[in-house]
Amino acid sequence: MRKLLIFLKDYKKETILGPLFKLLEASFELFVPLVIASMIDRGIAMQDSGYIVKMCLLLVLLCFVGFGCAVTAQFFAAKAAAGFAARVKRALFDNIQKLSYTDIDRVGTSAMITRMSSDINQVQQGVNLTIRLLLRSPFVVFGAMVMAFTISARQALVFLVTIILLFLVVYLIMRWSIPRYGEIQRGLDKLLALTRENHSGVRVIRAFGLESEEKERFGSENERQMKLQSFVGSVTALMNPVTYGILNLSVAFLIYRGAVLVNSGDLTQGQVVALYNYMSQILVELIKFANLILTVTKAIASGNRVEELLEMKSSMKDGSVTTFKKTPDHIVFDNVSMRYEGSSADSLEGLSIRIKRGERIGVIGGTGSGKSTLINLIPRFYDVREGSLLIDGVDVREYRLEDLRERIGIVPQKAVLFHGTIRDNLKWGRKEATDDELNEALRIAQAKEIVDGKQKGLDEMVAQGGTNFSGGQKQRLTIARALVKKPEILILDDSASALDYLTDKKLREAISEMDNPPTTFIVSQRPSSVLNCDRIIVLDDGRVEGIGTSDELLDSCETYREIYDSQYKKEGAV
Amino acid sequence: MKKNTLKKVLRYAGKYNYLIAISMILAVVTALLSLYVPILAGNAIDCIIGPLDVDFTKVMSILFEIVVIVLVIALCQWIMNTVNNRITFRVVRDVRRDAFERLQILPFEYLDSKQTGDIVNRIISDVDLFADGLLMGFTQLFTGIVTIIGTLIFMFYLNFRIALVVVVLTPLSLFLAKFIATKSFSLFKDQSSARSDQTAFVDEMIGNLSVVKAFAHEDENMEAFDEINFRLEKTSVLATFISSLTNPGTRFINNIVYAAVALFGALACIDGRMTVGGLTIFLSYANQYTKPFNEISGVVTELQNALACAERVFDLIEEEGERVDDKNAPESFRAEGVVDIRDVSFSYDKKRSLIEDLSLNIKKGQRVAIVGPTGSGKTTLINLLMRFYDVDSGSIEVDGIDIRNLKRKDLRDNFGMVLQETWLRGGSIRDNITLGREGFTDEDIMRAARAAHSHSFIKRLPDGYDTIISENGGNLSQGQKQLLCITRVMLHIPPMLILDEATSSIDTRTEIRIQKAFSKMMEGRSSFIVAHRLSTIREADVILVMKDGHILEQGSHAELLGKKGFYYELYNSQFA
Repeated sequence: MRKLLIFLKDYKKETILGPLFKLLEASFELFVPLVIASMIDRGIAMQDSGYIVKMCLLLVLLCFVGFGCAVTAQFFAAKAAAGFAARVKRALFDNIQKLSYTDIDRVGTSAMITRMSSDINQVQQGVNLTIRLLLRSPFVVFGAMVMAFTISARQALVFLVTIILLFLVVYLIMRWSIPRYGEIQRGLDKLLALTRENHSGVRVIRAFGLESEEKERFGSENERQMKLQSFVGSVTALMNPVTYGILNLSVAFLIYRGAVLVNSGDLTQGQVVALYNYMSQILVELIKFANLILTVTKAIASGNRVEELLEMKSSMKDGSVTTFKKTPDHIVFDNVSMRYEGSSADSLEGLSIRIKRGERIGVIGGTGSGKSTLINLIPRFYDVREGSLLIDGVDVREYRLEDLRERIGIVPQKAVLFHGTIRDNLKWGRKEATDDELNEALRIAQAKEIVDGKQKGLDEMVAQGGTNFSGGQKQRLTIARALVKKPEILILDDSASALDYLTDKKLREAISEMDNPPTTFIVSQRPSSVLNCDRIIVLDDGRVEGIGTSDELLDSCETYREIYDSQYKKEGAV
Repeated sequence: MKKNTLKKVLRYAGKYNYLIAISMILAVVTALLSLYVPILAGNAIDCIIGPLDVDFTKVMSILFEIVVIVLVIALCQWIMNTVNNRITFRVVRDVRRDAFERLQILPFEYLDSKQTGDIVNRIISDVDLFADGLLMGFTQLFTGIVTIIGTLIFMFYLNFRIALVVVVLTPLSLFLAKFIATKSFSLFKDQSSARSDQTAFVDEMIGNLSVVKAFAHEDENMEAFDEINFRLEKTSVLATFISSLTNPGTRFINNIVYAAVALFGALACIDGRMTVGGLTIFLSYANQYTKPFNEISGVVTELQNALACAERVFDLIEEEGERVDDKNAPESFRAEGVVDIRDVSFSYDKKRSLIEDLSLNIKKGQRVAIVGPTGSGKTTLINLLMRFYDVDSGSIEVDGIDIRNLKRKDLRDNFGMVLQETWLRGGSIRDNITLGREGFTDEDIMRAARAAHSHSFIKRLPDGYDTIISENGGNLSQGQKQLLCITRVMLHIPPMLILDEATSSIDTRTEIRIQKAFSKMMEGRSSFIVAHRLSTIREADVILVMKDGHILEQGSHAELLGKKGFYYELYNSQFA
């Protein structure tokens, strides 16, 4: 949490002045019982109504000044807290974008989103309340005690004991309940997961007739949550009655001692009233303080989580080379092996291949054979474990990531479009692309008809998550988006899976007819998609089973033959 | 609308009416006794006038009274709070349970039209907010009202004129609180809309960080983020500031009231119309009097919010469930596997027709493959067979019985279904295979896994079949997830089988092996297979080629190729 506080540095004035104004307000409040006491002891005792009016005007003045101070303090607090949160969010978003794929896999998307939203909101709330109350409440509590001392040192001892007792009660109850609130939260998470699963899996649940089991699961979790909440609730419900009891018992003791001291002439009646008033002020502030501590504890927990993500350094070091030499051997894999973090075996083992500029490479293999791993290495989404990968004769680790990735057009397995117009989405490829260029890319991607079919053409809005387009349409649009880049390397990661065979074929033809065709990688499970590639890499369980043209592989590679047969079988010759 | 919701809430709470009665009685007791304590303290102070002028016996008896009353109040308060907790959390449990149970019988028309997040929001967050409001309502609303009335009575009883001063001045605080609340409500709305813009943006970009990185789009994102972030910061400062004025504002008014009471009270003391102890009582009332007003206005806002949340949950609970099963349905049903589809029409959107006049006879043990372009109605047919949706007209019969005359559970028990969308729950691999169905030994499970070709990858997981996977399968690949879903069906093969693109993410070689296992197990059983890959369906007895809700062609692979129609075209495109 501590490191987050540097984001308050632009708000030094607010964070220092805010609490000070609060202190001013509180000190004015502390004067009030004194004013009342002198009103009783001088005004009433001496029958001096002029004095009473004067004292009341003083009270009104204190009100106004106090109110002014409070408003100023609230403003400073709001400004500092919101500004702080905005700065933290910016830094965090920036950092998240810098993380490498390995880091993203490790942290998880939903955790990152929670950090960006609810965690930072908690921290903002905490900062706001801290500026407002952290100094004020203890100040009022101890201030009241000090004031009591000035009135009567002996009576003040009662205050001291009371305050210690009250703090102890608040502290014990909170120490007990804070971890249990965490438990309640976890219980709620469980209920949430059950509900989510139930809705997303409703077809499976009903198909297997699991409704009553589901009800039972939810029911028992629900019951447990209810019991836990009631139990924790009944313990925390002790806070108010116990503090109330302690405080009022002290009041009774105070009056008793007051009676003795007044009788002996050591105290006046007005002073007894003042002491009584101070005691009441303490209770009000103490309850506020307890709530503050609760909020601050939550805020610190959130703050620590935010900080952890903010401190996380990308596990991938950026390179510095920004020029590409255009060598004839475009991409060279030199005995490349790759392993994902946390796994015990290589996902790709010892791949070596020299790929010429403009060559079309097919990558084929079963589920989990390492196809995606192979192509993820080219834009350096992951680093190799062993060996090296050269583009234009230079190791990819030496290029600046941004320059490297600008040259590569990728169509990911999962077709993702973003909220905005079709044009906005296509321009992800290149900001300055003209409409002609966009249309050309759409034509090659077989996506022209999708855009033409929309009333507003390129200005048609894409809904969040692209829900207003079918899977196949999304896929073709993402292909167009990659083509807008005019990439030197084009990677299609099983990106034609939602296309029917005819469209898939037309797409491949259109790409090969481009002027300056890019070096292309086609990853697929369909032999037909890679059949016409210049060379095909066959993978199985991370091992390279063969590299060559389809005909060569049919002769020499058992795995390829099996895959081929699985689609074509005997009729393959038709 | 609101009134209705309130009624429903009360109906839920009404189950615990004895608890509510206790809570209310205790609220009256604590509120009145709490108001009595300052009076006693004031009386005691009146006995302490000056040196050698203290009535000790009276002071002591009053103090004794205070101690007893305070202890009673503390005890009552604790019991009341505990009872309130109990009522609230029970109501919450009941509402959640009803909502979840309703979820089990809601029709697919409703479920398919709602996003998971929406349903989760209603059952989890909305109910939680509703609980907060309800608890606050119970603890503060009633006590607040009793306190206000009690204070008024005590004050007027003690001194009519000063009480009048307080009554006249207090509404100021209410006006101020109301003004601030209206103002901050609209500001909060601005803030939350800016906030949800930001969350949506962050969700989209972080959720697809891989694409962002692939297109080196980080800088552009940062610009867009800064714009939203700045907007949020501005609205946030205002909303926080204005709403935080409530406390100082009401405290300000409160202090003015306090000063006025001090003035009039002290003057009355000089005239002898009031004692110093009386003044003390009044001052302490003046201090407390506005507090319940603030609390009540807070509670009312909170309650409004709570009711809005409750309304969303009740909408779900009251949504009409599926038509109940036919009363005359047979007790149990075990199908042979003969399926007759007669003149069936169906569409999701009644304005746009989808399936029209579809007829089909499937004999026992036949393998039916359904092919066709996206949106041709393949999955819809499956939805009708499983009776996820009911046909608009025509009928579907299994073994000669209209499926609407069967219990849904019995019908579905006769189908084994694997969908393209894999569904896995957080839990062990074993639980995901058995899905809580009992009576399967480890051998059964492993036999199913071997048949589905999932055994080899499960074995390699850290804890084998006991490996815990996260919701939606976590690190498993899409293909592995599909294998697990197939294993589920392999565990207990029903008379009929439905595979809706069940092997789309599995490589063709493994697919063929799985199919072999299926065909061995499906000997003599009917099956329906929806697939993209023509290799998957070549072996079927009947192939239905669907387009725009109609069956375009029907026949075996060889027959259809011979026709040189749509299927022929589709089939040949994969060899080009």
